[in-house]
Amino acid sequence: MLARDEHTPLERTPLHGLHVGLGGKMVPFAGYEMPVQYASGVLREHLHTRGKAGLFDVSHMGQMALHAKSGRVEDAARALERLVPQDIIAVAPGRQRYAQFTNENGGILDDLMVANFGDHLFLVVNAACKAEDEAHLRKHLSDVCVIQPLPDRALIALQGPKAQSALAKLCADAPAMRFMDSGPHEVDGLDCFVSRSGYTGEDGFEISVPAGDAERLVKKLLENDDVRPIGLGARDSLRLEAGLCLYGHDLDTTTTPVEGALEWSIQKSRREGGARAGGFFGADKILAQLENGAPRRRVGLKAEGRAPVREGAALFADSTSIESVGSVTSGGFGPSLNAPVAMGYLPASLAAPGTQVFAEVRGQRLPLKVAATPFIPNTYKR
Amino acid sequence: MTTLFTTDHEWLRIDGDVATIGITDYAQSQLGDVVFVELPKVGRSLKKAEAAAVVESVKAASDVYAPISGDVVEVNEELTAEPALVNSDAAGKAWFFKVKIADKSELGGLMDEAAYKAHTA
Repeated sequence: MLARDEHTPLERTPLHGLHVGLGGKMVPFAGYEMPVQYASGVLREHLHTRGKAGLFDVSHMGQMALHAKSGRVEDAARALERLVPQDIIAVAPGRQRYAQFTNENGGILDDLMVANFGDHLFLVVNAACKAEDEAHLRKHLSDVCVIQPLPDRALIALQGPKAQSALAKLCADAPAMRFMDSGPHEVDGLDCFVSRSGYTGEDGFEISVPAGDAERLVKKLLENDDVRPIGLGARDSLRLEAGLCLYGHDLDTTTTPVEGALEWSIQKSRREGGARAGGFFGADKILAQLENGAPRRRVGLKAEGRAPVREGAALFADSTSIESVGSVTSGGFGPSLNAPVAMGYLPASLAAPGTQVFAEVRGQRLPLKVAATPFIPNTYKR
Repeated sequence: MTTLFTTDHEWLRIDGDVATIGITDYAQSQLGDVVFVELPKVGRSLKKAEAAAVVESVKAASDVYAPISGDVVEVNEELTAEPALVNSDAAGKAWFFKVKIADKSELGGLMDEAAYKAHTA
């Protein structure tokens, strides 16, 4: 995350007043004042989301429209492929795909969602990166595209097994949507963009709503007893259990998509021998790593004891070695697993599931095992 | 029995030359759901203000400092098995450890309940 001047005033989302009214504990996050939790606390909020439905304000994230000057969405898609290793041309109208902006060294500048809205692309990027992302898009795509940030829209996520029934009351289209469907839909009479996706490992939706209508829509969703407001604390523990990366922690400009174990997100058409192989920043390095593997890799880690192992903890190959072999990039307690969980980077030789490593916590070496992610199975509606 | 408090939100219950130490209800409410507690070893000689125990919530890890000097004579094993006791009964069942008070004059710098209430108000 960017270092910010402590005197820079924090921004507020259109739902700020509602959070305060609901008893949200407000903290600075990515330049915004955001609720880390409400009165019931992180643990209950986490379990409520997995059991029923959680409602999250993610309006701090960047929303952007990418229009081709030609008016043809495929021209915008082709242009965006200069900046990401994904096949964007193949994203069908009404669908979205996970992508990464890469740099010349193959490192990740940000991760994002790209949706095809039929006549243009709709992008959702991380809050802390949105200004740089916009500048990056303008610098490299302005010959072909018009980049339009959408700061007048709020973004909310409704996640959990009761998300569909809760949203269906206000949006008749919701039940028919499949995982990673995305497009304009009316929600309670409002012009919204709805995607069936999220950041919890649960089935659910993300809803982009005009800022001025956001509070009314959220209040209406909260009238449903199954739906409760959830803060950033539970958002973090939910995504960690789901094995999902947090940019600036698990991914950054020094990690490539292959090191980040994101090969699944790079389609064949952009790989060696594909129809549009390469042609994005860092392609030489990323394509070579796709063929030959990367020297280090992001892995899931399960602690053998009860002590949480947190971000920054050094990792060691054994209980006495002096040289660390990697570090933890996200870690904490997984309420649904009722156990500590973490992610971190290890040399390829130590990255196989089941490998024992050690984390240094308060001067002690705690045993961990490399584990497959997600730590809990996801429940996406495919 | 006298109960005293520190500015770091610990309580001490004084019974003769032994002090039972825990964290306050205010502290647990700030920490949130406690998921892990690490206690000092019995017999360890603590110096005032050194890190003696660790309490971790879903959100973060916090140190519990020795409010006074002394040898650890007993620790609450029940707390290691059930860390959520800190949230449900911070001032009672969720005591952390007991020390044999090395220097009674160190108690002079601590707060009584009224002063602690004013401190957290």
